[in-house]
Amino acid sequence: MATLRSFLILLAAQLAGEALHRALHLPLPGPVLGMALLAAILLLRKREPDTALVQTSNGLLRWLGLLFIPAGAGVVANLGLLRSAWLPITVALLLSTALTVAATALVMQWLLRRGERVSITVEQR
Amino acid sequence: MMLLTLSTEPLLWLPLTILFYLAGVWLQRRTRSPLANPTLVGIVLVGIALLLLRVSYAQYFSAVQLLHFLLGPATVALAIPMVQSLEHLRRGLLPTLAALFAGSVTGAVSAYALVRLCGGSRFIALSMLPKSLTTPIAMGVSDTIGGSASLTAVFAILAGILTAIALPMLLKTLRVPHLTATGLAAGTAGSGIAAASVIPLGPVPAAFAGIAIGVNGLMTALLAPVLARIFVHW
Repeated sequence: MATLRSFLILLAAQLAGEALHRALHLPLPGPVLGMALLAAILLLRKREPDTALVQTSNGLLRWLGLLFIPAGAGVVANLGLLRSAWLPITVALLLSTALTVAATALVMQWLLRRGERVSITVEQR
Repeated sequence: MMLLTLSTEPLLWLPLTILFYLAGVWLQRRTRSPLANPTLVGIVLVGIALLLLRVSYAQYFSAVQLLHFLLGPATVALAIPMVQSLEHLRRGLLPTLAALFAGSVTGAVSAYALVRLCGGSRFIALSMLPKSLTTPIAMGVSDTIGGSASLTAVFAILAGILTAIALPMLLKTLRVPHLTATGLAAGTAGSGIAAASVIPLGPVPAAFAGIAIGVNGLMTALLAPVLARIFVHW
């Protein structure tokens, strides 16, 4: 019963997200809004999410890889497109991934080092 | 002849899809290579089966609707690991948000721009734009801005695999020893697949990868429609 109730919570959050998306024409997809709503509720309640919800979510997320296949298999309908645009696709995937890693890691490291230096100076005073 | 009618039914394609996915899981355990990603293996095997049995993608998709539907609640379920990893954020909230913002903008803008610079169509560029996000969010964003969700799904999986492979080498070249920065970069550039690759480094990088997946997903989902409008004539 607890599993079923947790599944109901997930679906209700998704439904609320989808309703918000359609009513307010928000740019975020319904399930993403549902995720944000559920995260906000869990954070506001300020205690651990109940075990049943954690277990049901983990169970669903364990199969996440399987759930992409129906949509992902749509590439068979797009094979021609992939073949004709292999160069921009390859370049963008390789370079953009490297740039994203570099930007995130360098900004984080720079700010952390600055923070450390600031806290060291404060301590020395 | 009666058997032929099975070729478009859920009763054939649901078990086949699960079987192909499990074959990918088996292959990954055997080879321990990020290239043997179970989702990628599953997509390739389904593709081959569709071509061999001459079943159209539309027929296949309606047969496995059930699996696709579960992607919605599974996306919502990402809230739980995200909230759990937020515990680690008490210190360093601002650096983390700033780094995630830098990664989000860089990932989306460079993906779109590089496709266009190399002569790719706007449709492909829009499908590439959310490629760093976790696949369910990436697909939703792609739909919203006018890309192809199925192209985006494949791009997102490939970006995850590439990040997992290249991350150690890249961070060594850039001289980034911080484990928090490693976790953040993994989650921001390669979402779940790359996050899985930093789990052996310890709970801190894993938690920061988790935060990156959720927060980058939200940030880029908000940013993507704005970027799509800015780039409307390019």
